[in-house]
Amino acid sequence: MNLLQDSLLELIRRTSAEIPEDVHRAILAALERERKGTIAESAMKIIDRNIALAKNKSQPICQDTGSIIFYIAGPVGLDQIAFEAAAKEAVKVATKKGYLRQNSVDSLTGKNDGTNVGPGSPTLHFHQHRSPEVAVRLILKGGGCENVGAQYSLPNEKLKANRDLDGCRKAILDAVLQAQGKGCGPGILGVCIGGDRATGYEHSKQQLLRRLDDTNPNPDLDRLEKDIVETANKLGIGPMGFGGQTTLLGAKIGVLNRLPASYFVSVSYMCWAYRRQGVSLAPDGGIAAWLY
Amino acid sequence: MIELQTPISEDQIRALKVGDEVAITGTLFTGRDAVHKYLHEGGKLPPGVSFQGGILYHCGPVIIKDEAGNWKCVAAGPTTSIREEPYQWQVIRDFGLRGVIGKGGMGDKTLQACKEYGCVYLHAIGGAAQVLAECVKRVPNVHFMEQFGAPEAIWEFEVVRFPAVVTMDAHGNSLHKEVLAASQAELAKYV
Ligand code: SF4
Repeated sequence: MNLLQDSLLELIRRTSAEIPEDVHRAILAALERERKGTIAESAMKIIDRNIALAKNKSQPICQDTGSIIFYIAGPVGLDQIAFEAAAKEAVKVATKKGYLRQNSVDSLTGKNDGTNVGPGSPTLHFHQHRSPEVAVRLILKGGGCENVGAQYSLPNEKLKANRDLDGCRKAILDAVLQAQGKGCGPGILGVCIGGDRATGYEHSKQQLLRRLDDTNPNPDLDRLEKDIVETANKLGIGPMGFGGQTTLLGAKIGVLNRLPASYFVSVSYMCWAYRRQGVSLAPDGGIAAWLY
Repeated sequence: MIELQTPISEDQIRALKVGDEVAITGTLFTGRDAVHKYLHEGGKLPPGVSFQGGILYHCGPVIIKDEAGNWKCVAAGPTTSIREEPYQWQVIRDFGLRGVIGKGGMGDKTLQACKEYGCVYLHAIGGAAQVLAECVKRVPNVHFMEQFGAPEAIWEFEVVRFPAVVTMDAHGNSLHKEVLAASQAELAKYV
């Protein structure tokens, strides 16, 4: 094992076992908000206990350790082929150690070779930047919440959603309504307005890299993000869809240009088991700093 | 909190109603997509395994072998149940299940089967893999491991006070339907 591989293994372990601090704070606030003695409060208590247990035992927060999605930002000249090889090895070792479940299945034969490495797994997104820093972010995104993601093509007559911000709002809130508790709410939305069907979803997932307590630099989107959370939390869907005060912990909205003919709103739903971490790597491949 | 011990009688199940919190002690069998499809297509349970009065858990756990060579459950939260909707009613009818544990709820066919054959749908806390794994005290057996792979196999769990909420009862009530209708009405006020 080289140092890079060790670092990626530790990134996977920590991502799988520990909720990032910004999300944990939002969960604790949600627990406070639920009415005492309700099943919603019970659910939030179990979630809170689960977070502590997973961290202490260094075990997966949720058994669905999800799609393994790396986002790598590095300087020109970063050897992507070597990086990908190290990431795949780290995934294999992490799976053997039980940080990740044997979770990757051949879509045609249904066979699971138990390694988590195969076409599309792990997924790596490389991005070049001018600084010498190598920053590696990881999202483990479970299947239950991925299944309730949705993509709307506006205008949508049924929702009376036009090609404007109000139309986007209607589409996003419809996604929340349709999801109910099925994505292991309270959830967090990553949304992209625009793009094509592929880039829209991809950009919506990238929104999940943002800290929950950040502010959208675009004031219109910032307002929309807050409005979505506030409105969603009035719907009474609640944790697990049991009914209750907290349906969403956050909403993060990005925007891409679109073709004149298309207007997509893509919504990725992330469960409360929000597994997202990142490291900044030292020149030797060791971990220099944690990013969340 | 209502204590349930497997095997569970029909009377006990029919006494439960939507919103009840239960703690289950006894045996749970895991089963998800591959198992449901197999049973639906006429597959038999392995010798010595019976679901009569029992509970099926929609779960693909993470299991390791400890130093002594025993199975140990390290993560065991529920998986989405609705995928089994085409098959569940039949599995309830043919195998005598009294409870199905999962997450996200199920549809009308399952609700009808719960009413007809005396079964409830129990919602576990999705994602609470560690809290739920702690309730699994022993894993005495696994079936169909080769055929279906680890997450899809039938694992036998000995559990103590496994927590869940009744969200579909044997009287035709579904919390999922209620919350959906109420939230739909609420949303209409804001868009
Ligand atoms: S949606 Fe998230 S919390 Fe729920 S089972 Fe899937 S990964 Fe786990």
